[in-house]
Amino acid sequence: MGTTKLPLEGIRVLDITLVWAGPYATQMLADWGAEVIRLEPIDHFQPMARGQRARVSKAEITADTDWHNAYPDWDPTDMPWNRTPSFNVHARNKKSMTVNLGAPGGQEVFQRLFHVADVLIENNVPTTADKLGISYERARKINPGFIMVRMPGFGLQGPYRTYRTLGSHIDGVSGHASLRGYPELGLEFQTDIFYSDAAGGINCALAVLMALRYRQRTGKGQMIELAQVENFTSYISDVNMDRLANGRVQRTLGNRHRTMVPHGCYPCRGDDEWVVIAVENEEQWDALCRAMGNPNWTADRKFASYISRYEHQNELDALILDWTRTFNKGEVMRMLQRVGVPSGQVSNHAEVSRDPQLRYRNFFQWVDMPGTGKHEYPSIIGRLSETPNAIRTPPPRLGEHNEYVYKQLLGYTDSEYWQFEEMGHIGDAYHAHVE
Amino acid sequence: MSEANALHDQALSDLRVLDISRRIPGHVCTKVLADFGADVILAEPPTGDPTRSINPFIEDLPSAESGVYFRYLNNNKRGITLDFETTTGRKLLLELVECADLVVETFSPSTLPSLGLGYQTMKERNPRIVLTSVTNFGQSGPYSEYQASEAIYYAMSGLMNATGLASREPVKLGPNVIQFHAGIMSALHSMIALRGTAARGVGEHVDESIQELQAGSIDRTSAMLLAYQYTGFITGRENFEGGGGSIHQCKDGYLNMFPDATMIPKGLNMLGMTELMEEPLFSTMEARSMPESHEYFDALLNPWLLERPVTEAFAAAQGARILSGPVYNSALLTADPNFRARAYWPTVERSNGEKVRMPGKSFQMYGGPWAMRRPAPTLGQHNAEIYGGILGFSKEEISTLKQVGVI
Repeated sequence: MGTTKLPLEGIRVLDITLVWAGPYATQMLADWGAEVIRLEPIDHFQPMARGQRARVSKAEITADTDWHNAYPDWDPTDMPWNRTPSFNVHARNKKSMTVNLGAPGGQEVFQRLFHVADVLIENNVPTTADKLGISYERARKINPGFIMVRMPGFGLQGPYRTYRTLGSHIDGVSGHASLRGYPELGLEFQTDIFYSDAAGGINCALAVLMALRYRQRTGKGQMIELAQVENFTSYISDVNMDRLANGRVQRTLGNRHRTMVPHGCYPCRGDDEWVVIAVENEEQWDALCRAMGNPNWTADRKFASYISRYEHQNELDALILDWTRTFNKGEVMRMLQRVGVPSGQVSNHAEVSRDPQLRYRNFFQWVDMPGTGKHEYPSIIGRLSETPNAIRTPPPRLGEHNEYVYKQLLGYTDSEYWQFEEMGHIGDAYHAHVE
Repeated sequence: MSEANALHDQALSDLRVLDISRRIPGHVCTKVLADFGADVILAEPPTGDPTRSINPFIEDLPSAESGVYFRYLNNNKRGITLDFETTTGRKLLLELVECADLVVETFSPSTLPSLGLGYQTMKERNPRIVLTSVTNFGQSGPYSEYQASEAIYYAMSGLMNATGLASREPVKLGPNVIQFHAGIMSALHSMIALRGTAARGVGEHVDESIQELQAGSIDRTSAMLLAYQYTGFITGRENFEGGGGSIHQCKDGYLNMFPDATMIPKGLNMLGMTELMEEPLFSTMEARSMPESHEYFDALLNPWLLERPVTEAFAAAQGARILSGPVYNSALLTADPNFRARAYWPTVERSNGEKVRMPGKSFQMYGGPWAMRRPAPTLGQHNAEIYGGILGFSKEEISTLKQVGVI
């Protein structure tokens, strides 16, 4: 790493987020230099913050080996909260302090934090945030330049303001779930998708960057509201405009495309091996035919024009898959890319982890996290030519930065620190009764 | 604050952006900046931007001005035409670069340098310029000139393999979601670069790879990649032909009840079956996390849901503090009372009186707010304003540029 300052150095962010949308926002800010401090309770377990539950046994994990249970070597140890991939993947470059905002003493600590921070981000239900003392008015009185982002599911106002959701539910509300999946099967055969978490996260980070620019110009801070259902709905604008302007209700097309043909996911040699092919225009169609060796059927008048190919997609797909299944998926991709036809192999997580393009660009980075071990993590997204960047610190263990925050940042004395410890605010583990 | 004042006091009122992109991610990037006050100049080829011809069209009448994508993506922007593949056009583009803070493009990595318009050239003309390049696979590497599409991004970043049924082919996401995401990510990185530029006085070339932003996406992809690194576990597609997914059928629609650890006690409360909490499958937290207890719970829940309209089931679930959401199509979504109460669907009107409704703000900034200032530009609408006003050309010079086909 060079000595170039990261663009967000000097900005301090209070992070009261859980699950993924909020944490992804603070990942973006931490990755580009902000000091992100997670405020974490230890008198109860925040749902889906550091794993599914506070304490889990190795036997339980072994019985249900799944990605969300993927503690290193399938061993949760007695500190599973430090080892869960769904937390550790976004927490690099962040700091962790423990404080119980709802318990006596918690609000005093919170008050001091407002004095030393620039930004607060939270994604709780508005009623929960109220109880925790999260309020823009409070922050503004202490610091007029303060920036606060609140990102509840349905908004701070409106009939659903108290409603609770996760990314999977937002995927349904926004209409996205009805636009994916197999056309001939019911919606109950859908895989849960959490795209709205990613969308909410980066829009929130973008809003913070905009507010920082505004603050630099005017000296003023502000309050930002991001209703996650609305935010994600903007990603599928065309379908809703088609409804509003034309009265049409679009449904899932599976792997087909509204305009491209052929467009699909075709089997290749081997077990569960697939390649995606997406033909945009006449030139690419001709190139695909050449790559397949111009078999006779390509001259059939059924496939002579775009319109007739569109009308005969079932037959066309069956003929194409006869060709794809005689090759490895990587071979099909390379053969087609060589002649300018968009195609890509369906990679599993092992294949993505050794993908030549991602490897060439050093997309993965080794990170050594004490107690968790040394592993390769997906690294920083986006490259700036004049500002080299990489993961600087491993994901924080629960309460790892308590001393730094309480003493150095907030100015508490050793004996006050000890008192907060006695009161159950400070620790590196959840209280013994927490499940 | 009056609306007029609000417009001069948007978060990005001091930012000028030149959009020479030709694809959805570039237009999304500059749209969100324009919505919060940036002066975005969309430079289209004289034949029109390719996104003008993406269907659907308003009232199903195809024209250069009626594509819903183009209309939605280009509100609040000013539009010019410019053929920068010509010598004169190239010169004009570089003059515009001198007047801009940010340039956004979506060409393949070799295109702009081959036209003599690469980052180095732009930087020579404007040392503080930020050039944001959004590409399929990034500016470097063995796939840097590869073609791609929405489904290919999904396929090559890992999650498509885990989407769909184990007995079937992997299945993609809905239309263009990843490209919209790439646009917002590019806007974020552009703003980060601009912040660095303001502090240091040097420009930046932002290299945005759509494959990478999808491989690093918290839509589950990045967590599953780390799970693989931790354990070697590869997440595949599931088999739930017999039920067991999160989407449940109601009398007249579907409700998503993707569960968390508190679902079962809250759910039994909603069903009026709290006495079942004593049963071994439900009585401890550990038991309730087992797949068998969820199967048992679903068997109690599903008949109850089938008897109720989805709106009633949704209200009951939320009343019991259960994480949930209806599965809407566009008809149900555009009628939803929460979106309506919050005035989410603004009407955008053209000078000819034509009106169209569309999705509104992705978020609201209470200082420097979101605003709908003007509809998407017609082709070349602001040529005189920009070539005359910003670059200082006379009317005669502008009409000569038109005659030779540069604008």
